[in-house]
Amino acid sequence: MDSRDKIPSLLTPQFKISQRSGAWMLLSEFCWHLLHFVVHMVHIVSHMVDSFQFYFISSGLLREYDILQVKKLRHLAIIFDSEEAHQTSKIGELISYLLSFGVKHISLYDMEGVLKQSNEMEFILKGLNDSSATSHFEADANPSTAFLDKEKMKLELLSFSDGKEGVAKAASLLYSKYLTDVDIGEHQIEPRFTEADVDGALRSVGCEGPEPDLLLIVGPARCSLGFPAWRMRYTEIVHIGPLGSVKFGAIVKAIYDFSKKHQNYGS
Amino acid sequence: MEHGSKVSHTYDFVGSVWSFFRRCVYSIISIGPIPNHIAFIMDGNRRYAKCHGLKPNAGHRMGFLALMSVLQYCYEMGVHYVTVYAFSIDNFNRTPEEVQHVMDLMQDKIEGLLKEESFVNKYGIRVNFWGNLRLLRESVRLAAEKAMAATAENKGAVLSICIAYTSRDEIVHAIQGACKEKYNQNQSSKDVKEDEISIADLESHMYTSGCPDPDIIVRTSGETRLSNFLLWQSSRSYLHVHNALWPEISFCHLVWEILQYQRVQPFLVKQKEKSL
Repeated sequence: MDSRDKIPSLLTPQFKISQRSGAWMLLSEFCWHLLHFVVHMVHIVSHMVDSFQFYFISSGLLREYDILQVKKLRHLAIIFDSEEAHQTSKIGELISYLLSFGVKHISLYDMEGVLKQSNEMEFILKGLNDSSATSHFEADANPSTAFLDKEKMKLELLSFSDGKEGVAKAASLLYSKYLTDVDIGEHQIEPRFTEADVDGALRSVGCEGPEPDLLLIVGPARCSLGFPAWRMRYTEIVHIGPLGSVKFGAIVKAIYDFSKKHQNYGS
Repeated sequence: MEHGSKVSHTYDFVGSVWSFFRRCVYSIISIGPIPNHIAFIMDGNRRYAKCHGLKPNAGHRMGFLALMSVLQYCYEMGVHYVTVYAFSIDNFNRTPEEVQHVMDLMQDKIEGLLKEESFVNKYGIRVNFWGNLRLLRESVRLAAEKAMAATAENKGAVLSICIAYTSRDEIVHAIQGACKEKYNQNQSSKDVKEDEISIADLESHMYTSGCPDPDIIVRTSGETRLSNFLLWQSSRSYLHVHNALWPEISFCHLVWEILQYQRVQPFLVKQKEKSL
């Protein structure tokens, strides 16, 4: 038998579902549910441990979290599940809490652009003005960006279209520039671009922005859900659970852990 | 002589029991969805060496051994695509001695892939090397190209190795490819010229073109960033972090991450459906 003939048999999972006997199948299913029950219990226990820790952090009992150095944290982004993005009062609460850390730039992302819808946004910003007496909202020319004037804090709203579609627009712009270069004979057929060229093109099409230092994922899974790929090279990604169960202590811990992080950027 | 044969029998016996145990575990976890594509960021080789008082080079060798076991478990389990982040463009900033050693190690192992008894031939694996291969020294680049050509016809699983890779570099590469294609199309076509580049145009020029997006991206050594790895392709991937260093990664870690994936898989499927 040729070695290539053996390959399919080697690659076929050893226990094909159709080949399993009924009893074996039942046993496997029972073990699978049991395993997942154990995983579920592990999650519950770790959730309880975390909740205690977050409670102690919020109540100021854990001293190391009091003197939080957030100078390193200039740009924070939060990803919401679009279904949860309708819970605007909770999001507003979360943002006003983040304001207290003095973060200069906050980006809010949800895949379907629920947050970008003006009435939702107005609601959040109204909540912000009510809860933060010193900040004053002034709308920017760009409808998806708002400045909280006195605080010099920038709030940015993003959705799926700012990611891959933005890069495609930038690519189209680079293509038109390339055509002009070809016409005036600067280039041969081979197009050559650098990352700086793409940065420039993204700026021209209005899809540029800083890379977040820290990205908090609020939702059921640790998944970036299409957050702009160009903007998350070295971003620390922390999952803090669904919006309903987010504890402020979890955010403090994420920021504290971030402040202790050292990155060597591959070197 | 007799003693040697006894040791060998014991070794075979332990091997068979271990193999049977693995099959039982695969049989159980395959009741739930098994990912089609897993990508690994192999982080922590140098830290492992430091913790164990070894030289960094020894850490990379241990990392290679860990990779071999992980690949075996993945393919046994029915994972069809495995991608590993072996060497980033940023890693060229390391000391010349370390870069030299990693290149030597890679060349040695890539040439080893083509030997008759290697796991590539055992499982009929197609090997891809993704990245800006022109940045590699010529001997490594030639070995990589030879390995890709020799395994191109294989029909088994697919192993993609990212070397001299960063995700941003891949995006720039895709934009260049899409521009070139668009230009050639417009030159040869007499119809109305199309100047817009779409997401699909870009994706067809990514290194990953033809390969499904990863279901899970695993990073070891407790780090929570993607470090410029598959940023474009990871929009629907479950990102899993292990606290273990890469050379410490074991069968249990792999099973644990699959179970975690199975918990969130319905949510990820829903997100995929939404975007279709």
